[in-house]
Amino acid sequence: MVRDVAFGQYFPGKSLIHRLDPRAKILMFIAYIVIIFCTFNFAALGVTVAFTALYLILSRISPKFYFKSLKIIIFIVIFTSLLNLFYGTGDPLWQWGIFKITLNGISRAVFVSVRIICLILASSCLTFTTSPNELTDAIERLMKPLKVIHFPVHEIAMMMSLALRFVPTLLEETDKIMQAQKARGADMESGNLFKRVKALVPILIPLFVSAFRRAYDVATAMECRCYRGGAGRTRMKQIHLSKRDVVAFITLALVIGGVIVCNIFVTSVL
Amino acid sequence: MSFVSIRDVRFSYAQEGEQPVVNAVDGVSLDIEKGEFIAVIGHNGCGKSTLAKHLNAMLLPDSGSVVIDGDDTSVEENTYTIREKVGLVLQNPDNQLVASIVEEDVAFGPENLGVEPSEIRRRVDEALKAVDMYEYREHAPHKLSGGQKQRVAIAGILAIQPQCIVLDEPTAMLDPSGRQEVISTLLKLNREQKMTVVLITHYMDEAVLADRVVVMDSGKILIQGTPDEVFSQVELLKKHRLDVPQSAELAFRLTGCGLSLKSIPLTQADCVAMLEEAMR
Ligand SMILES: Nc1ncnc2c1ncn2[C@@H]1O[C@H](COP(=O)(O)OP(=O)(O)O)[C@@H](O)[C@H]1O
Ligand SMILES: [Mg+2]
Repeated sequence: MVRDVAFGQYFPGKSLIHRLDPRAKILMFIAYIVIIFCTFNFAALGVTVAFTALYLILSRISPKFYFKSLKIIIFIVIFTSLLNLFYGTGDPLWQWGIFKITLNGISRAVFVSVRIICLILASSCLTFTTSPNELTDAIERLMKPLKVIHFPVHEIAMMMSLALRFVPTLLEETDKIMQAQKARGADMESGNLFKRVKALVPILIPLFVSAFRRAYDVATAMECRCYRGGAGRTRMKQIHLSKRDVVAFITLALVIGGVIVCNIFVTSVL
Repeated sequence: MSFVSIRDVRFSYAQEGEQPVVNAVDGVSLDIEKGEFIAVIGHNGCGKSTLAKHLNAMLLPDSGSVVIDGDDTSVEENTYTIREKVGLVLQNPDNQLVASIVEEDVAFGPENLGVEPSEIRRRVDEALKAVDMYEYREHAPHKLSGGQKQRVAIAGILAIQPQCIVLDEPTAMLDPSGRQEVISTLLKLNREQKMTVVLITHYMDEAVLADRVVVMDSGKILIQGTPDEVFSQVELLKKHRLDVPQSAELAFRLTGCGLSLKSIPLTQADCVAMLEEAMR
């Protein structure tokens, strides 16, 4: 059950998006977040949606997985759109006590939902098409200038990649421990909140003990494989900017331009 | 001089200042030649893992010496040359795989050594082919079976291009088919690439495949010799609470019943042959 998460997974492939420089992808993703929050009307939002759709299609990953990644945030979407639905201004279309729905409320709710969905889809597109190693490698390189102020860039990148590697293993382990405790009669599904939190203790303690033991083993294995920090390390997969990345940046620039134009010239419907 | 030469090594886990209660390794001397396949057996806590960690300078002896291809492990500058020459594969395959993609994991060792990217690629492909896991190079390690994970771990060591590979109970956590995969990989490496293999195991049917079997007991070497020599001493092994291969056990009991046998069979096939002969 806990293992069935598509978010944050990587699907190896050879699509155009897979082959983009991971540094370019990270920078574009950051720019994308800024853009999404700087869209002020439906026209501007439309431009970013089109941009997102283009990248999702080019990633050549089954839409099934994108839907799966949306599943976990569906409640956030519903919750925020409900909030926005009832906070609209203007003439009510429907009213019940203090609750009223207005045209403005509806468009706000749609607007916010589309924004959140776009964000999740874009981040899924990033993690689906970029291997964890590429990601951490790119982060390590992007943060390299921070080494000047003695920021432990390599260590942090290594910690991230190890964390990404062991998340599925620890999830599997959590599942196993839960089954084991259930088999001994642990009751995790009933009782009030306090009782349920307390029921987690017999799961967390073995999980922590085993995680520490694992950490010790992993450190030993890394030393056996001649690991001695970041100095003098090379990487098998070299990353370098290519024409593809330049084209990607141009599409991004076009979108930024489009969003700015729409923001200025299209009269707001909100 | 032998490739590995261990001289009267003693080691205890006691902290500095503490009185050592017992030595985990207590006066072991052992020579290992290039290309040999050695099995080390002994019951739990007899110091096999401790000895294994001495072979690649993960632990340094309290007294005595370990010399690998002319380099003493206790000299600090030698540590990484030694770890390049002697690779250590541990018991739990899950905890040895450090990257989220098989091929990136295999690349970890050569990356640490600062090898050229194109050369790393070549070594990774070669290592994965050697353990028959090339088709899985883009898979996530956590989705592989235990035997497959352990073979990837072996590939991770092979990519460093060591001359000797030490495996600490690599099959202990595997199912029978996983064990079979790992053992045939090791045999292939030893036969085809002349890789020196030190296999620590508590499965006797794995030990009989080695050129030489070393039996440890409470930090010391009890006996060593060819599988035939070692497993014919059924009584001695039993006295030290050690198993013998099932066929040897059967032969031992038959001898006890008054049957006279020429030799002690170690494999199933030998055993069948022996029984056929005895029944004539
Ligand atoms: N990290 C450690 N700290 C303290 N004692 C240890 C440690 N590892 C092993 N020992 C002790 O050293 C002895 C030998 O252990 P080990 O080499 O792991 O045996 P084996 O691998 O043959 O089971 C055992 O008595 C064990 O309790
Ligand atoms: Mg052990």
